[in-house]
Amino acid sequence: MRNERRIGGIGVSPGVAIGRAFLLGVDELKAPPVRILPHKVEDEIKGFRRALSQAKRELARLRDDSPGEVEGIFGAHLMMLEDPVFLREIEEEVREKRLSVAHIFGERIEEVISHFGGLEDEHFRGRVADIRDVGTRVMAHLLGTEREVLAHLQEEVIVVAHDLSPSDTVQMRKERVIGFVTELGGRTSHTAIMARSLEIPAVVGASRISGEVNPGDMLVVDGQTGRVILRPSPTTLKEYRQVKARLKRFEKTLSRLRDLPAVTPDGRRVELSANIEAPEEAEEIRRKGGYGTGLFRTEYLFMRATLPGEDEQFEVYSQVVRSCGDCPVIIRTVDLGGDKFVSHFRVPKEVNPFLGWRGIRLCLQNRGFFKIQLRAILRASALGRVGIMFPMVSGVGEVREAKGIIEETKEELRGQGIEFDEGIQVGIMVEVPSAAILADLLAPEVNFFSIGTNDLTQYCLAVDRVNPNVSYLYEPLHPAVLKLINQVVEAGHRHGIWVGLCGELGADPAAAVALLGMGLDELSVSPVAIPQIKLVIRGTAYSLAQRVAKEVLAITTPQEIREYLEGLLKNNFPQLNI
Amino acid sequence: MEEATITILNKLGIHVRPAALIVQLASKFESEIKLNKDGVEVDAKSIMGVMMLAAGMGSKLKITAEGRDEKEAIAALGGLVEAKFNEE
Repeated sequence: MRNERRIGGIGVSPGVAIGRAFLLGVDELKAPPVRILPHKVEDEIKGFRRALSQAKRELARLRDDSPGEVEGIFGAHLMMLEDPVFLREIEEEVREKRLSVAHIFGERIEEVISHFGGLEDEHFRGRVADIRDVGTRVMAHLLGTEREVLAHLQEEVIVVAHDLSPSDTVQMRKERVIGFVTELGGRTSHTAIMARSLEIPAVVGASRISGEVNPGDMLVVDGQTGRVILRPSPTTLKEYRQVKARLKRFEKTLSRLRDLPAVTPDGRRVELSANIEAPEEAEEIRRKGGYGTGLFRTEYLFMRATLPGEDEQFEVYSQVVRSCGDCPVIIRTVDLGGDKFVSHFRVPKEVNPFLGWRGIRLCLQNRGFFKIQLRAILRASALGRVGIMFPMVSGVGEVREAKGIIEETKEELRGQGIEFDEGIQVGIMVEVPSAAILADLLAPEVNFFSIGTNDLTQYCLAVDRVNPNVSYLYEPLHPAVLKLINQVVEAGHRHGIWVGLCGELGADPAAAVALLGMGLDELSVSPVAIPQIKLVIRGTAYSLAQRVAKEVLAITTPQEIREYLEGLLKNNFPQLNI
Repeated sequence: MEEATITILNKLGIHVRPAALIVQLASKFESEIKLNKDGVEVDAKSIMGVMMLAAGMGSKLKITAEGRDEKEAIAALGGLVEAKFNEE
């Protein structure tokens, strides 16, 4: 029995799962070398061809079901399985060495992967995922696979995998799966979305797990903190069983709030909405008791080899709008640049990408590209309550110019007889300090403000939060940031527009009280954070929150502000302290 | 035998999609077609081979074709690369 081991990943679906590990092809490309008798060699090759045609059939189906770019990827995968040279070499090697084809095929794929993995160019390194995908698909057929077992699970398991594909999760016997751990993935990967919709704890990006875990090992998965504990000691196990029981009780309380509005006991109503980036996440908002979509990030649509066309974008935006029904959907025009992939535009290497050519700046200089997105958003506005939001605005000029392009686009649509919402709201992210300072001048230009606290904090405090030497200075509860937020709310209200906040700060229950008190009309947080923020809003009188906001604005240091707000939360909401 | 030297002009180089286009096009010809980059030679009808070249923007490839339709093959493949795989 090996000792307890803790591995960190990204918690993407909260809750605690305790159970046995079911390994889903963590090392799918490694098959042991099995000797083949001389008279069985041709059978082995026949088996290989059969596995290839099964894999090809799957890929052809996937290709036909996929739109645009993805279709091209599956098409290329198909070609790999039809590659005459590659296949001939494998068959020759099987005949020559008389070893199982699974072993030889796996080795060849690993060779190709290590070749690509060693290249300097990141686009070529990225090919590794494609090759691995094709390889594992064939291997699954060659080895006759654990994936089938998944459909017939008899006991409860935690599925541990390199990555989970949509087809894996479709065939899973869901009532037997109590948690997910994957090596790949992020907050919006398929596994994450799936886990949240099934409401089971999940940790993704646990990159070191495959080397550590054995089938049947006991596991604790903490989907909140992203921690995975292998072979927990009796003490750890006891501790987590208690946490799990407490969480369960707490969830019950939260789920009772689902259909209730986010309104304070003294009647102040806040629009509690969600930040999402994949259209499928829109379904989660309702499920978590949220109102609309306060921020639909569109970057993911553009982070690939070819740009999405108007129709494809329209489909994506419409999906979100339909999921949200009568509730508002704020779509942010693409914020490429900074840390995000911009190979479509010839962006020169920038010394300070976060101060560089990004957001609205990049769009205003690529009007043709910008207009395609605006047309798609405008068309989707005919289906519900859509708002357009511009990122990285630093002054009035940019807003006027962008609005001019919206007007041009509307005119074109009218000319073509294409429907859109004539009264579509237009707003800006307030994330550049100059925009916060000029809120009074910007407010008359727009229908709303949404404060992006992540960038506002980093620009206001001049702190790069991924730089480990200075990240300790990154604190959205800094008096300077809070003063800016307060000033933006006041300016917006003076001009009669609504003011929301879509940064991570809004999901912090301690901060939520102060934000409520500053008079924010909307808080947009990740869907999983909705219930606890709703609990705080419904349990805090607006008059109290206003007093808190006033006091907070008079405190000198971020540490004192945090202590004060956390103390308050602990007193008023002891149940949140888990 | 026909041969030509071409320079990869598209920004992302021969990634998956361009490799697929090269193979599709090359497979239409009867001739044996090879691509050579810095001394590494691969069959232009093998997508694994073409991708393994990892030819990025600016890299030079020698195309050779041998067979009945060698001239047409070289012209067609050269055209595809020059058109940057219709990507930009």
